[in-house]
Amino acid sequence: MPTDTEVQPVVEMRGITIQFPGVLALDAVDFTLRAGEVHTLMGENGAGKSTLIKALTGVYPIDGGTITVAGESRIFRGTADAQTAGISTVYQEINLCTNLSVGENVMLGHEVRTLGRIDWRATHREAERYLETLGVRIDTHSLLGSHSIAVQQLVAISRAMVTDCTVLVLDEPTSSLDRGEVDQLFRVIRDLRDRGVAILFVTHFLDQVYEVSDRITVLRNGKLVGEYAASELSRGDLIAHMIGRALDDLAALSDTSRRQIDRESVPVLRAIGVGRKGVIEPVDLDVFEGEVVGIAGLLGSGRTELVRLVYGADRADSGRFEVDGGPARITTPRNAIDHRIAFSSENRREEGIIGDLTVAENIVLGIQARRGWLRKISHSEQSAIVSEYMTALDVRPADPNRAVRNLSGGNQQKVLLARWLATAPELIILDEPTRGIDVGAKADIQRKVADLSAQGLAVIFISSELEEVLRLAQRVVVMRDRRIIGELTSADIEVDDVIDFIAHQGQESMA
Amino acid sequence: MKRVVKHRLFWPIAALVALVAVNTISRPAFLSVTVQDGQFYGSVIDILRNSAPLMLVALGMTIVISTRGIDLSVGALMAVSGAVSLTIIEASPDPENLGVVLVAIGAGVLTTLFLGAWNGFLVAVLGIQPIIATLVLMLAGRGIALLVTGGFITTINSTPYQFMAQGSVFGLPFAFYVSIAAVAIVALVERRTALGVLTEAVGINPEASRLAGVRSRGIVWGAYAASGVLAGFAGILYSSNIMAADANAAGLYIELDAILAVVLGGTSLAGGKFSLAGTVIGVFTIQTLKSTITFLGVPPAVSPVFMAAVVIVVVLVQSRRVREGFARIGKALSRTPSQTRPDAEVAS
Repeated sequence: MPTDTEVQPVVEMRGITIQFPGVLALDAVDFTLRAGEVHTLMGENGAGKSTLIKALTGVYPIDGGTITVAGESRIFRGTADAQTAGISTVYQEINLCTNLSVGENVMLGHEVRTLGRIDWRATHREAERYLETLGVRIDTHSLLGSHSIAVQQLVAISRAMVTDCTVLVLDEPTSSLDRGEVDQLFRVIRDLRDRGVAILFVTHFLDQVYEVSDRITVLRNGKLVGEYAASELSRGDLIAHMIGRALDDLAALSDTSRRQIDRESVPVLRAIGVGRKGVIEPVDLDVFEGEVVGIAGLLGSGRTELVRLVYGADRADSGRFEVDGGPARITTPRNAIDHRIAFSSENRREEGIIGDLTVAENIVLGIQARRGWLRKISHSEQSAIVSEYMTALDVRPADPNRAVRNLSGGNQQKVLLARWLATAPELIILDEPTRGIDVGAKADIQRKVADLSAQGLAVIFISSELEEVLRLAQRVVVMRDRRIIGELTSADIEVDDVIDFIAHQGQESMA
Repeated sequence: MKRVVKHRLFWPIAALVALVAVNTISRPAFLSVTVQDGQFYGSVIDILRNSAPLMLVALGMTIVISTRGIDLSVGALMAVSGAVSLTIIEASPDPENLGVVLVAIGAGVLTTLFLGAWNGFLVAVLGIQPIIATLVLMLAGRGIALLVTGGFITTINSTPYQFMAQGSVFGLPFAFYVSIAAVAIVALVERRTALGVLTEAVGINPEASRLAGVRSRGIVWGAYAASGVLAGFAGILYSSNIMAADANAAGLYIELDAILAVVLGGTSLAGGKFSLAGTVIGVFTIQTLKSTITFLGVPPAVSPVFMAAVVIVVVLVQSRRVREGFARIGKALSRTPSQTRPDAEVAS
């Protein structure tokens, strides 16, 4: 464990400045990374974390400042330059070849050769050896695509090891991993740290920051706020540094979970014995007017699968639905929309936004799709809707004609929320609406959900962050192993109770 | 000035203007138009007339490409519609009757509407990759055309039919009005309704569009059907020009010219955002280039090389990366520091 600054810095970035058209993305930022430490970069979306990483990995040229690696001043003209200097990156979206085998991916470009020909057996043996040092034992001949994202991430890390990296950059590696997978990844990270690798880690999960970091650097609006030892920085201070103000507003929301719901009335939606073979066992679920139903469970417990059936994104092969007391056929998203059900996917980029379209076009897409192509929303109507929701949700930048892909994750999420709210749904299903977005946007979205449900909107809310679920939902449905194992009333329970509940309904799933 | 250069149609238009300029310099008569018997004559008029079939096909191709698809069968569909129309006219007792001609044209276009819908069915309903799905009719279409004509090149004499490609209205070729009408109708349908933006949404992100409630199946299906109809009209114009249904030569390689026109016009082959105006410019660029080749007396055997060379230059000029490369070199030479950067992404 490194203790102080006497450890020789591997990377020293001084006065890094990067200018985008109209935006100063980084303003004279200093950053120091030492051998054998896990250093976490924190900041809201748009604070400049990705930009700083991209400067270090040679993706963006810098407009000012110096980068020194292992005492040598460097100018990166491309990612290859950074790799030569010993800097390897594992991105959030795995960029390996899923159609090649695990071994080929690990050793790509570094295959073992005898007499100029690739010795595949030795290559796979080598790959196996690298994987084993990370505690991964899998068949190196299997296709990479057949493994989970978590394993693919570990493969990406061992690939970095093959290239003899001294600096490992992990950009949001945990955003699609479940708890067990995160633990395994952290073991690997700590192991690499102990072997002297300098690790730069970026995450949105506050818990994870403290679990694994030795040091934390906070950025805000492209400027350096400060560098802190993780052990000396309290969670509250960290958040205050990130957003530049104290965050008391979230506490006010906790009343939502205590609101009384009239469960004697006709539910907005009732699912009876709805399931799909091999995906989810038949379950019952009902949601009442003004109620927020949280769904808790580990990743892969069937949370997403369940709501996809409810929305008709996947077809249920058993059970039936009732909407407002009457029988309803929901086999496609269109059916669900016609019953005034809205669904915001956990997969914002793949299943949510239409990247090349503008913010305005994205917002009105839901209404337009309902009306059909013949009845185009007039220009004035469009601007009225768009400005209403952009103001209500505080979408930034407030430019409706910007392509939505250029917005930060939190603002993209707000645009999606706006799209669905504009269709005036009776039930909105939000699957991980706050994942990977900054604290400020997170608070905005939570507040909006609380307000809307108070006005009578029924909400199904899924989140990996149990605090969030307990804060917003009056009732929490707990799932495990692709079925519902119980229901909790959130007003009188804590996060630990939920975890306990998940764990104690059977030990096999926690293995 | 900067805003003009930034406009997405700047480079397509620049390429066309440059091509016209080269032609005018090497042959000052290029732009001149003469009037004879109340009709206009000149290279430009020829280009307007001859570009009509490609214009129709390229419009349909633009929509299909926007949905992430491609339609390789358009050339073969041209052969089919020509074959159907001419066979009907040939078999009728009165080929000069306008009613007969209209029925023949209707039958030809209905046939390609059906074949286009078949393409759409394969792609939108059965989920077959567009390039394979339309390859079926690209290969089989000419066979169907030969079946219709009984294996012969059907030739006819019919003044009303001939008028389609060879006649003039107010001194301008009738075919030009047909292509203007097609552009206007397609633009109206795509941009005055929400069809255009929904098509783009499906092309950019099919799954997100489906979850947003867009009926993507119908939209994709419709795109191929529209492409079929437009190819049908193009086939009528082509056969009217030579007054024969030549199943092997009609619309040969036009799918490639159409794809090229779409790309020159700035629509990405990856689907999504499309530009009808860009496609129109792309069509005129290709047609001008073809007339240049003829005029310069490039031997037919090597003309594809010449065409390819020009196309490469045009495509390179439009490539942002190449332009930036040149800009960097220019900057390095003049040593002026720059503040701009590509990919204005406000990243976190």
